[in-house]
Amino acid sequence: MRKDQNLGEYLRSQGVSRRGFLKFCSATASLMALPPSAVAQVAEALAAARRPSVIWLSFQECTGCTESLTRSHSPTVESLIFDAISLDYHHTLQAAAGHGAEAAREAAQEENKGEYILVVDGSIPVDNPAYSTIAGISNLDMLKDSAKDCFAIVSVGTCAAFGGLPGAAPNPTGAVAVSDIITDKPIINVSGCPPIPVVITGVLAHFLTFGTIPELDALGRPTAFFGQNIHDRCYRRPFYERGEFAETFDDEGARKGWCLYKLGCKGPITYNACATVKWNQGMGFPIQAGHGCIACSEPRFWDKGGFYDALSTGDWGTREALLGAAGAGAALGVASAIRARSRKKKAMAEEEA
Amino acid sequence: MENMTLLDFARGPGLQWALWIFCLGVVWRIVGAMYLLGNKDLSKARRTNYIRSGLRAILTRSTPAEAFEEKIRFQHISGYAWHLALFVSVLFFAPHILFFESILGFSWPHLPNTIILFSGAVATALLIALLIRRATHPVQRLISTADDYISIAVVLLPLITGLAAFAHIGLRYETMLALHLLSVELMLIWYPFSKLMHAFMTFPARYQTGTFFGHRGIKA
Repeated sequence: MRKDQNLGEYLRSQGVSRRGFLKFCSATASLMALPPSAVAQVAEALAAARRPSVIWLSFQECTGCTESLTRSHSPTVESLIFDAISLDYHHTLQAAAGHGAEAAREAAQEENKGEYILVVDGSIPVDNPAYSTIAGISNLDMLKDSAKDCFAIVSVGTCAAFGGLPGAAPNPTGAVAVSDIITDKPIINVSGCPPIPVVITGVLAHFLTFGTIPELDALGRPTAFFGQNIHDRCYRRPFYERGEFAETFDDEGARKGWCLYKLGCKGPITYNACATVKWNQGMGFPIQAGHGCIACSEPRFWDKGGFYDALSTGDWGTREALLGAAGAGAALGVASAIRARSRKKKAMAEEEA
Repeated sequence: MENMTLLDFARGPGLQWALWIFCLGVVWRIVGAMYLLGNKDLSKARRTNYIRSGLRAILTRSTPAEAFEEKIRFQHISGYAWHLALFVSVLFFAPHILFFESILGFSWPHLPNTIILFSGAVATALLIALLIRRATHPVQRLISTADDYISIAVVLLPLITGLAAFAHIGLRYETMLALHLLSVELMLIWYPFSKLMHAFMTFPARYQTGTFFGHRGIKA
């Protein structure tokens, strides 16, 4: 997309029909929980939108978030929207390397001061800045430098949003989330490991349409996508209600598509759009593929017990500890009995005397 | 402990401490009570079939005496219905069974959620009705202590939070689940030191009373 083109012109040049574009706008408005009357506004604003500058920083991450977004299901309107932003810096995708790449980032920051969107994936190590550097610049310094003049930050993936896997116990690098460092800019957490592609395009569409930050939940996630939990939207919910559960991954219950609660599904405590938006062109999502939700869009999901432990089981400790407590109870009981016996003897002796 | 949520606490340290205190307290009370068995009855035994006497007392004391039947009918029936409803919702809800299985190492069949929801609602309604009766009935009020009211409250809380979590009423599910677990933990901590111990003590105590009556030749 040329810089002087607006999004509508660009999409038309790529062969996207008006009908297809409006269909996307309707879906986007619906995803963002906007009323049907807002579709026209979304379409008008998106068609006229100029490409915003986006600087994408990748820190302690696995590139899964980038893979998810760029290899989603092109060529769709969503991916064209994604192409339509001016991705001025993304060290996984850009051709430039080394100092040239850093110069591009600095130039984009200067040119779009106060207007560019900073996308971050990956957590930031703060115990020792040398654990993760890009062109000799620590993640911490690069984040602070790029954040100071941005319009808003989108933390893509659970690592950037909440610390994610690098921040899991024992957190050897002292990994933290973007929001632990930057406190004076609007931050939108698009969590997930990885996040759903359409959620990031939905957030960008919101920017392009309204020029504002979408409504966020208590964890800084757009409520349009993270407002409901997986369990409430799961197509297997009726089986939960009927008490029909898969006991193993290959039993009759699993083949019949029964509820995966007993196999550790964390759907009831997970807020994400997987069950509604789905993955792979809306083909399915993990539960549909036969695996329970692992709560990947929730903070510290790696440290919340085993993925295959049912939600209702807790970390009750060890049998030895319980036996120890029972043993201590028995000792106290015996001590109480001895004390009571001696008091009784004493009382009897006093009575006899 | 860093960044620990309420649910993490309830599923981890909170649960551990509650179970330790519960085990310690229950064993303490049982061992202490067993000491009482050491008091020998020096009188001449009228009947020597102690097992029969003990079992007979368990049965006879499980139903009200004929003379009182009419006056305590509500209490009698609702008491049994409440315990039955409680057992069904606690012991036959699939997520509860998974919890017990993680500790005991074995499981048993569960019931559909609709039955659990019904029994949970019945148990909650009956316990509230029994609480109101206790607070308003002149005789019951006279013989009730703080232990009775606190014990009812700590049993009522898991029922209410459990139903709310199940039906997704009020707070977000994970918060409600955490509150449900914390209320269960509160009950476990209160349990050994209160009248809730009757769950462990009732039948052995009735049996013991029966053997005592048998020894003394009391018909009861």
